[in-house]
Amino acid sequence: MKTKKSTKRICSVLAFAALLAFLYLLDPNSMTMKLLQKGAILAVVAASMNLLNGFTGLFSLGQAGFMSIGAYITALLTIPVKSLDGVYYAGGMSEGIRAFKMAMEAGPAWLTSVYPFLALILGGVAAALVAALIGIPVLRLKSDYLAIATLGVSEIIRAVVSSPQMEKITNGSYGLNKIPNFPEMFGGAVPSKVTPFLIAAVCIALMVLLINSSYGRAFKAIREDETAAEAMGVNLFKHKEMAFVISSFFTGVGGGLLAMYLRSIDAKTFSIALTYDILLIIVIGGIGSMTGSVLSAFLVTVSKEGFLRFFDETLTIGGWQVPLFRAGFRMVIFSILLMAVVLFYRRGIMGTKEFSWDAVFGLPGWFKRKFGRKAARGGDGR
Amino acid sequence: MSAHVLELKDVTMQFGGVVAVDSLSLAVDEGEIVALIGPNGAGKTTAFNVVTGVYPPTNGEVRFHDRVIVSNRPRGKMKKLYAGSSRGVYTASVAPSPDRITKLGIARTFQNIRLFKDLTVLENVLIAKHMNIKAGLFSAVFRLNAKEERQMRESALALLKIVGLEDARDEVASSLPYGKQRHLEIARALATEPKLLLLDEPAAGMNPQETDELTAFIRRIKEDFHLTVFMIEHHMNLVMEISDRIYVIDFGKQIAEGTPAQVQDNPVVIAAYLGVEEA
Repeated sequence: MKTKKSTKRICSVLAFAALLAFLYLLDPNSMTMKLLQKGAILAVVAASMNLLNGFTGLFSLGQAGFMSIGAYITALLTIPVKSLDGVYYAGGMSEGIRAFKMAMEAGPAWLTSVYPFLALILGGVAAALVAALIGIPVLRLKSDYLAIATLGVSEIIRAVVSSPQMEKITNGSYGLNKIPNFPEMFGGAVPSKVTPFLIAAVCIALMVLLINSSYGRAFKAIREDETAAEAMGVNLFKHKEMAFVISSFFTGVGGGLLAMYLRSIDAKTFSIALTYDILLIIVIGGIGSMTGSVLSAFLVTVSKEGFLRFFDETLTIGGWQVPLFRAGFRMVIFSILLMAVVLFYRRGIMGTKEFSWDAVFGLPGWFKRKFGRKAARGGDGR
Repeated sequence: MSAHVLELKDVTMQFGGVVAVDSLSLAVDEGEIVALIGPNGAGKTTAFNVVTGVYPPTNGEVRFHDRVIVSNRPRGKMKKLYAGSSRGVYTASVAPSPDRITKLGIARTFQNIRLFKDLTVLENVLIAKHMNIKAGLFSAVFRLNAKEERQMRESALALLKIVGLEDARDEVASSLPYGKQRHLEIARALATEPKLLLLDEPAAGMNPQETDELTAFIRRIKEDFHLTVFMIEHHMNLVMEISDRIYVIDFGKQIAEGTPAQVQDNPVVIAAYLGVEEA
């Protein structure tokens, strides 16, 4: 079934407006808002990881490391000068960076308003630069070996960040805090609470545009068959490096957003567990589907931090206290759900499919085909 | 000054102690259809892989339009291990990656079909067009190269029309019937705008009727695209009908060369294929 282009466009505008209205109305301090913000941030990182793992076929596990680079750069640049002494109370701060920050804060008004965004972009660029350097040796490896190498890189980054030698910059194991919240955009037209969604939307849109471009097709060719891609004139190293650098850029931006969200970061925030969380998101969403990654980022965040919390509280039914229901039990339930997905829906929610209005309008028909027949069979049962 | 399109000189490919291709020298001229035949394991596909840059040869040289595209001599450990029968001196070490060779104008198909299985038929051909893209990453992402993209699409669709797949363009490549997949692989190779087309067993697994169609098809694209064709094939009907010349190799070594009629009557070739009766 094909739907008219204009209808689709109207639907998209309406859906976008509804989402935006919902976000504007939501209380910025509510739990729902916090969860959705985290979902949006993880959606960026998941999409960038999917760009690498799902679309280029490079099994990389370095996400946490590149996120920490983006987060630390963003945090370092955005912490207000007046809070610096409170943050670096233990070891003091590098005078060069302090002088730079003072100069930036003394700058003209337009600079201070775009400064947080510059910080995010710089965080992304720094992550991309590190990826470009590391990519040269590491991208010659394939599959599992690449995963192990990138995992190692991520750990090295974490170790460097928390090392005493970096104390004057990263504040060592104390981490950075007093990071300002999300900035407003367009002179307050976009309130601070909506900013992460807007940035996430732009990042994901850019990645989707990339995937649908000629370069994106070359990435997919590498995923499908390296030998054939090479025989078709695709320069393997160039395109792998490109995917790795771009993915790391968006991961870095996602890390910067996470720093603004958490308001305080340290090296432990970016442990391997974070990479696994994101890997889970893309596996559940479907490796090779951007829609899947975004959907699943929200789904996983909301279920893990939201309604699964129910299992963490003691539950008493009619005077009988249900055993197992205590702090940490939700993670057990979450893991079981995850195993179920991996066992029964190996291709995730979306497989490699993407969102389209055609599919949405086709849903009623699909349900009818799937369940209607069953109902009919049940109905004529004598 | 030779006018060969493709020329192999003493090409030897040795894996550890196994000499897969031993001092193979051959030449393919402009506009010819040349076949490389031989029993299973004779080293035909290995020879193709050397020409297309998948493996650097242990010794020897490959020229394309009289330009050295691949060249090597035994080095390092191979100096001692080397068991090839020729020792031509090829000083230059030229080992480009396969994509560079494709850009020079040599396209290939694979013995076991290697399509981009989960991508559509059209995307499969478009990927081969990516190699000549002028737009950088930025303009491709922001669709500033709409004209170029349209041209890529148009020429890809034109190719699909030639192979009779224009109606299947939005289908996933792996859903095509086997014979069509072979055709798609050839269309994809043609999309790189080659001067020389290497076909690795194009008729493998085809029935006699499909093979006949393929014979006509190869002839037609050869004329339409001004190609030189170098192919590996087991279907003798196809080989004998279509080839201008045939090279026969066995255990990596060339054992015969000539027109189909000459090769068919050559006792050495018959012995290689059917075995020799102990006297």
